[in-house]
Order: sequence, then structure tokens, then C-alpha cells
Amino acid sequence: MTNIIKISEKELAQFFNELKIITTFSESIWILAYTLTLVLVVTTGVLVIVWLERKISAGVQQRIGPEYAGPLGIIQSLADGIKLLLKEDIIPAGSNAWLFTIGPAIVVIPVFLTYLVIPFGQNIILANLNIGVFFWIAISSVVPLGLLMSGYGSNNKYSFLGGLRAAAQSISYEIPLALCVLSISLLSGSLSTVDIVEIQSKYGFLSWNVWRQPIGFIVFLISSLAECERLPFDLPEAEEELVAGYQTEYSGIKFALFYVGSYLNLLISSLFVTILYLGGWKSSIPFVENFIQNISINYGINESFDVLKPVLDIFTTLSKSYLFLFISILTRRTLPRVRIDQLLDLGWKFLLPIALGNLLLTASFQILSIN
Amino acid sequence: MFLFQQYDSFWIFLLVSLFIPFLAFSISRFLVSNKDGPEKLANYESGIEPKGNTWVQFQIRYYMFALVFTVSDVETVFLYPWAIAFEKLGLFAFIEVIVFILILIVGLVYAWRKGALEWS
Repeated sequence: MTNIIKISEKELAQFFNELKIITTFSESIWILAYTLTLVLVVTTGVLVIVWLERKISAGVQQRIGPEYAGPLGIIQSLADGIKLLLKEDIIPAGSNAWLFTIGPAIVVIPVFLTYLVIPFGQNIILANLNIGVFFWIAISSVVPLGLLMSGYGSNNKYSFLGGLRAAAQSISYEIPLALCVLSISLLSGSLSTVDIVEIQSKYGFLSWNVWRQPIGFIVFLISSLAECERLPFDLPEAEEELVAGYQTEYSGIKFALFYVGSYLNLLISSLFVTILYLGGWKSSIPFVENFIQNISINYGINESFDVLKPVLDIFTTLSKSYLFLFISILTRRTLPRVRIDQLLDLGWKFLLPIALGNLLLTASFQILSIN
Repeated sequence: MFLFQQYDSFWIFLLVSLFIPFLAFSISRFLVSNKDGPEKLANYESGIEPKGNTWVQFQIRYYMFALVFTVSDVETVFLYPWAIAFEKLGLFAFIEVIVFILILIVGLVYAWRKGALEWS
């Protein structure tokens, strides 16, 4: 038995060496540095979103919102995070401690991983995988598993119902979402996020996918809101019915992980709306691009333009996606919550047929344009 | 080969993101002092003593949705290669896909008529 294992180990090692999976050490260090930077930036982005949400909600309801922590209360969310880190972490006596602990981790890990394929600029992407968008769809469907585990593991009726609802909701809205992405990749002929953005840059903002896929855009927007469990669709945490859904028993750092996970999910959805439908990092306004070119020609500062371009790319991507965050925050404050049967009806009987029809329509137009 | 090498950053990112919850848990365990009591560790049920067990057999509704989901999701996965190779495959593959989708639509309509998509 041990001989067999040794032999197979040798074979495996040879196999790996031949495939050159183990890249050089310095390369791995660089990747690690990029990854850590990305994680830091994204977490800061979450803090900004939380602050924005509180400020905008306050504006809608004619309040002031956070104002004491830092100028305009801008470090309020950081203070909240530190407070949650220092809070007592309670594991209920009747619960399954293993499921209870591992649930929030399983919710957060896939959400972080999906940032792998987000291009913030021309070359500002961690890995330009050729399966790009599909990677997002595949990885993000692990999240309901974590919700189900934490709902079941809490041994609490509210949590259990909330976990079941969360799983039902996210699997119902995953199919329209996947079908919308399918139409986009059919138009682009690629799943890579970079390619999808590049193809949208032919005729400025007129070639954005919004104009070619208006139905898909709306379906994508609705189902990504539902995937994030934002307010018109926040059935898993409906306060009046379920206290706090699957989060009822959670406190301290585990609750913070759920919180961070949901906001990271919101950020990634709006980033994907930007990439798939709004031309990603391309500013696509002829005036701005001409202006920048003129400056670089007049002053002969091509080098500084090279430095400036990534910054401009990131700025364009983030401003487009924060526009969608703004819309979703306004939606949260203005629309009432739907019922669970209405929610599932909307997913299965309305969005799914429409998304299928949209796919067939796109394919027919594409066939006509090829022939 | 190059196909595998692309995923180096994926593995490193996976390690980093596995490390994040681990780090968070250990920091909070290191900093926080726990004081447990029977009242504190009881399950929350609007402030009264919890009644009955949670882990019981439960409604079939959720199960039906999960079944229909599995079918539709597998269908979507099969459609992805077709969408990528759309321009090469052309009209014939398009007709084939229409037949494929029609079969699944028949299944969906059957489930709909049978009431698998009804909540109550």
C-alpha cells in the first residue's frame, strides 16, 4: 500500500513538473501582493458603501445620519467594524457549533473570490481567465450553501426559515441571471470579461450592450438585486416576520462577516452591470478622450499620460458602478417589500421566460447578421 | 501548461480568502472574553422559552423549486459552449438548440401546470 502511494506521489510530482504548475517563487509573491492589495481596496470599498448607504438613507428620510466619527462621519463604518470585532461571540447551546461557525466563512470566501475576474482597467485584473463571467456564476452559487448551513446550524426556527428562503431565492434568480450573461457572451463571442468590455468600445457609448440588450439589462438588474437580498427582495431577513432570518443567532465577528459578504456581493453586482452592459473602464465620451489626447500632444507628456490612464480607468469603472449602488440604495428606501410567493412568481413565471425569449431573440438577430 | 498556469492567481487568491475568516475568528477569540450563562446561550424565540425542536421534517415546497432549478441550471450550462462557438456553428446548431430549449420548455410548462411553481 505504501509503495503504491510513493509511486503515485513520484508520478504526480513529475506530472506537475512537466506542466510547470509551480511557477517561480518571486512570481507567486507578486501575485500575493496584488491579491492583498485587491482585498484591501475592496474592503475599503465596502466601508464606503456602508457610509454612503447611511448618508443617502438619512437624506431620503430628512435626517442627518452619522456625523461624529471623522468629517461627515466618514469613519463611522470602520468604528462599527472594530466594535463588532470586539463583541462577544455567542454560540447557542442547542446549535451545531461546526455548521454555525463555518457558515459565515462559506458565505464570505466565494464572494471575495469572484473579484478575481473583475477588470478595473485595461490590465488591472488579477487573472484574465477565458471563462471569466462563467467563473462568477459558478463560484457565486456556493453562497446559498453557506446561508443554508448557518440557518440550519443555529437550531432556531427563524434562522431555519430564513436560511431556506435565502436558498430558494438565490437559486430562483440565478437562472435568469445566467441566461442574461449567456446572451451577452453570445453577442461578444467570449466569456472573458476583458474581451466583453473591448467589444463594447467600437462606437463610443453607442456600442454599449445596454442598447443591444435592453430587456436583458432590466432582467439582470432585477435579478442581481434579488441575488444580493436587497430590500424589495430581502425576504430572508424580513424583520417583521423572521426577526433577522439566518442571522438571528449571530453576534460579533460572525455577524460582521455576513454583513461584509452582503455588501461585497452588492459591489460585485454593480461592477458586473458596468462590465457587461456599460462598457467597463471605457469612458466612451469622445470629448474627454480628445481632451486628454490634446493635452498629451500639446505638452509632450506621453509618459505622464501612461501613469494617468490606469487611474482614469479605475475612476471610470468605479463611478459607473457606484451609480448603480446609488440606485439600489434609493430602491431600498422607496420600494416596499414583496411577499415570498410574489417573489418566486416573479422569478419563475416572469423573469425566466423573458430571459429565455431574450436569448432566442438575440441568437436569431445574430444569425441574421451573420448570413 | 498555459491553461493551468492561468489559475495560479486563483489558487493564491483562494488561500488568501480562506485565511480572511480564519484571521477574523482568531483575532476575536484572542481579544474577547466570554461569559456564558444558560439564559444567554438559549435560542432566541421572541424572549420566551424555546418550544419544540427545529430540526424536523419540513415543507416540500422548497424541494420542488430545487428540483426545477437543477433541470434549468444544467440546461444553461449546456448552452454556454454553444454561445461561445455561435459564429462557427451557424444555423444548424441554432435549430438544434431551439429543439433542445423547446424540450425543456415543455418540461417547465408541465411543472407549471402541475403546480410545482405555486407557493401555496
